Amino acid sequence: MLIDTIKQRFGSQILTAETSHGQDVISVSREAAPAVLRALRDEPDFAFNFLIDLTAVDWLGREPRFEVVYQLKSLARNFRLRVKVPVPGSDAWVTSVVELWKSANWVERECYDMFGIEFREHPDLRRILMYDSFVGHPLRKDYPVDRRQPLVEEVDPVAAPRPPSR
Amino acid sequence: MALPARWAKKIEASDPADEIMELQMGPSHPASHGTIKFNLKLDGERIVDCDVEVGYLHRAFEKMTEQGTWTQVFPYTDRLNYASPCINNVAFALAVEKLIGIETPDRCKYVRTIMSEVSRITDHLTCLGMAAGEVGAQTVMFYMLEARELLYDLVEAVTGARLTVTWCRVGGITRDLPDDFGERIKVAFKNLEAVLDDCDKLLSRNRVFIDRMSGIGRMSREDAVSYGLTGPLLRAAGVSYDVRKADPYLVYDRMDFEVPTGEQGDNYDRFNVRFQEMYQSKRIIEQAMRQIPAGPVNIDDHRYILPPKERVYNSIEGLMNHFKIIMEGIKVPAGEVYQAVEGGNGELGFYVVSDGSGRPYRVRVRPPCFFGMGALNQMLIGRMIADIITTFGMINMIGGECDR
Repeated sequence: MLIDTIKQRFGSQILTAETSHGQDVISVSREAAPAVLRALRDEPDFAFNFLIDLTAVDWLGREPRFEVVYQLKSLARNFRLRVKVPVPGSDAWVTSVVELWKSANWVERECYDMFGIEFREHPDLRRILMYDSFVGHPLRKDYPVDRRQPLVEEVDPVAAPRPPSR
Repeated sequence: MALPARWAKKIEASDPADEIMELQMGPSHPASHGTIKFNLKLDGERIVDCDVEVGYLHRAFEKMTEQGTWTQVFPYTDRLNYASPCINNVAFALAVEKLIGIETPDRCKYVRTIMSEVSRITDHLTCLGMAAGEVGAQTVMFYMLEARELLYDLVEAVTGARLTVTWCRVGGITRDLPDDFGERIKVAFKNLEAVLDDCDKLLSRNRVFIDRMSGIGRMSREDAVSYGLTGPLLRAAGVSYDVRKADPYLVYDRMDFEVPTGEQGDNYDRFNVRFQEMYQSKRIIEQAMRQIPAGPVNIDDHRYILPPKERVYNSIEGLMNHFKIIMEGIKVPAGEVYQAVEGGNGELGFYVVSDGSGRPYRVRVRPPCFFGMGALNQMLIGRMIADIITTFGMINMIGGECDR
C-alpha cells in the first residue's frame, strides 16, 4: 500500500498519513514540504510526475488557518496522493514548487490571488484571475461578499504604459 | 493632421528595424474564440515573448458554491465547460456521492456514461469546427456545427435543455432516457458519421490545413507532463493517460474502447486525437445502449433524493421531506474528496470539502484548459503570430471553465 510505503520512507517528516474515502492523504509541515515533495517526485517508488492541482482551504477560526492542498498523480505507478500543508493565517507562506512541476506556476498564482498565500521563490507571483488593483483575496472566508470594490482609476496608456510583465 | 507631441517624439526616437514591438492581442479578438489577452513582444512577425492574460470571464464560481446548498451548485457547473455541460454535472455529482458514500443504481451509471460521451462528441465538434473555421475551412465549421446540432437534439430529448442542462442530482438524475432514445441515437449517428467522413476528406490531406497545423505548437512528453496537460493535449504528445482507463468511474471499466494517441505533440496530432476520440465515444455509447439494464435511476434514499410528487402533495411526511431538502439542503458528512473524470479537454476534477452542514465548505474545480493555457507561452515562443490562432484553438480554452 502506498500510504505504508510513505510512512516508512518519511517517518517523522510527515505529520499525519491516512486513507479516507479510498484516497491517500498526508500532511507535511511547510518547512519539510519542499524536500518531501521532491522525494515524492523523484524516487521510483512514488514517481509523482504530475502535479494535478494545487489549491487551499481557509479554515477561519481554526489554527493553523490555511491548508495548501497538492493533488499528485503518478503516471508510471497509477497512484494518486493528496498532500496538505498547514499554513498559519498571520504569516501565510509556503515554498513554491514551480521548480519541480511547471504546472505549479499558474495554480500558485491563482492560489495567491484567491487566498493571499505567498509562494516564496515563485518566479512571477502576480494576480491571475482578478485585476491588479483588486482589494483583498476573494476566497478567504472573511472576504466581505456584500461590499463593492473601489472603482479602478483611469490611466492614460501612453503617459503611463503598463509595467513589463516579467 | 500633426501627431500630438508626446507621440511624435516617441516615433522619432525609435528605429523600427531593431525594435521589439509590443502588441496586445485581445481580449476580444475576432480570430480567437474566447475572451483572452495575449501581451506579445514581437520581432517582426516572430513571437519573442507572450504573456497570456486570463480571467476576463471570472464569475467567482468557487465563491458562489459556498453561498448555497449542494444541489444549487449544479446550475453553476453547467456554465463551466459549456460545450459539454453533462460531464461537469456528472463529475460534481460523483464527487459528492463519494463523500456521502452512496452509489447510484446501475441504470443511472449507464445513462450518465451515455450522456457524458454524447457531450464529449459535442465538445470535440465545437473545438474542431471552430479551429477549422479559424484557418479558413468554413465549410468544415458549418458541417461540424450541423452535426453538433444533431447531438444537442439528443441532449435536449433527455435533459430538456441544450446547454444549461442542470440534469444530475446527488444520488441520481432528474430525467431518464426517453423511450425512443435508441432510435434517435441511430439516426443521429448515421448523420454524424456522414459529416465526419466529409470533414475527414476535406481536412486530413488538405495541404493548407496540414501546413497550418503540423509541427506547430509542439510540446515534448516531459514538458506536457510537467505542465500538467491532460486529455487530447497530453495524448497527442504520446502519453496514453485517460482517466476513464486509469481510474475508471461509472461503467467505463465494462466498456471496450481505445485511447488514441499521437506522436509529435503538435496541433495536427491534437486535431487527430480529438477526431479519433469521437469514433471511440460513439463505440462506447453503442455498447452502453446494448448493455443498459432496466430499473430505477435514483437511489432509494430520501435524505438525498426528492420524494415523488404524489407523496409531496398527499402526505405530510412527503411534504416535510421535500421542504427539508429544498430549504436546508442535503446533509453531506464532514470530510473531503477529490473526484476526477475525463472531460472533453482532459482531467476535470472536483475537490469538495464539507464541514457537515447543508452547504459546501469549499468546492474547487480543476479546470483542464487552465493548465493548457499555462503552457501556451512555451508553445508559442519563437513561432509566428498566425500560429497563435491554431495553437489556441487546439487547446480549446473554454472561458467559463478556465476563468470560472
